[in-house]
Amino acid sequence: MFEKIALFFLSLLGSRFKVTVGLFALTVVAVVSVAGFRGSATRRTPIELFPDMDRQPKLRPQTASAFAAFADGRSSRTVPVGTVAQRRGFSENAYWEDNAFNTGKDNGAFVEVGPLPVTAEFLARGQQRFNIYCQPCHGAQADGNGGITKKLGMSTVANLMDPRIIKMNDGEIFNTITHGKATMMGYATQVPPEDRWAIIAYVRALQLSRLGFEADVPAPELAKLKK
Amino acid sequence: MPQIFPKWANQLAPKLGLLAVLVGTVAMAGVTYYLTPKYTRVGYQPKQPVAFSHKIHNEQLGIDCRYCHNNVDGSWFSNIPAASTCMNCHSLILKDDPKLALVRESFATGKPIPWVQIHKVPDYVYFNHSVHVNRGISCVHCHGEINQMDEVQHAKPLSMSFCLDCHRAPDQKIRPVDLVTQLDWKGQVDGKQLVHDWKVQPGQSCSTCHR
Repeated sequence: MFEKIALFFLSLLGSRFKVTVGLFALTVVAVVSVAGFRGSATRRTPIELFPDMDRQPKLRPQTASAFAAFADGRSSRTVPVGTVAQRRGFSENAYWEDNAFNTGKDNGAFVEVGPLPVTAEFLARGQQRFNIYCQPCHGAQADGNGGITKKLGMSTVANLMDPRIIKMNDGEIFNTITHGKATMMGYATQVPPEDRWAIIAYVRALQLSRLGFEADVPAPELAKLKK
Repeated sequence: MPQIFPKWANQLAPKLGLLAVLVGTVAMAGVTYYLTPKYTRVGYQPKQPVAFSHKIHNEQLGIDCRYCHNNVDGSWFSNIPAASTCMNCHSLILKDDPKLALVRESFATGKPIPWVQIHKVPDYVYFNHSVHVNRGISCVHCHGEINQMDEVQHAKPLSMSFCLDCHRAPDQKIRPVDLVTQLDWKGQVDGKQLVHDWKVQPGQSCSTCHR
């Protein structure tokens, strides 16, 4: 009995070698047809062959957490009521203080001009942030004709070239960016105060570009424009 | 007494050798092809709870990546936007659309939307988004052409060799910082010059990424 079985298997290598190779080829075809090819779209969760320490119990931001102290099951905490998140990079970093920088108001009245010095760098930052956060609705020219406004017909977008806004204090614009107004929602979570002031400075530059007189342009620049 | 071995037994050894070589080669090819993130991760396209299309929002409407992922240039972690960010527009646009029911619920109750994370490096890899985007490495280099995707698909392997390829030759990928979120930018730039000017020194030692 044993010899027969052994002989059968040996014969798979010997006289029936072609059958063996054929079986092997079939296996390869089967594996490829089940596993598919690199890069093909799949809903299947990626296989992690050697899990090692790839997934650790530590908490990463914005993921689910089973940590008992976090009743809502989130790894990231929401900001507790009455507190202000600290941000990196800004030297003052005193976001809780009730001052013009944080609120746009001084003793309850909107400040006329933003508290930060306006430099070329500051304006460039304002332009960049404006084009990210404001331009979709207000448009690159700040005339209320952004891509979304035009394509999707948002009809209530303010034209920032309107005399009403040109005359508005910086502090009030700051307040609108922070808390929103009418159909516009507040941008406090997306745009930190220093960027809000930079955006305002840039909007002022845009307004000036429409309202300026020829005499306002320095002579060398004017010569360039007239070419 | 009959012969124990039939005649074909003579060929047994060479055939066995041939088979071993064949199986070995194919197995090695299979391992090389399959046991890599190029196969295990690339192509992953999970069904998301809300059918958000990057193609519509970025490509068609021209909304910058940072409108929603607003911490990407200031934090190691690129945030998934809060529902309030969606509602900035969707309180007016498609405001009763059933596809956005989860977003409205999340905005009203604070309950998170269970997005499925696609791009994951191992937990012992400390990838920092801000240092990359602030030094001219575009989203497209690691995430592929997200701007063309209606559903996000894992496009790049994000394997260690993938990282190192770029860390060894950053001038091949680097671009002006203001073009980082222009995923379809195809312009030419003197990468070596930028690497020099910005003193870009991508580490290649273990502790650059592993801590």
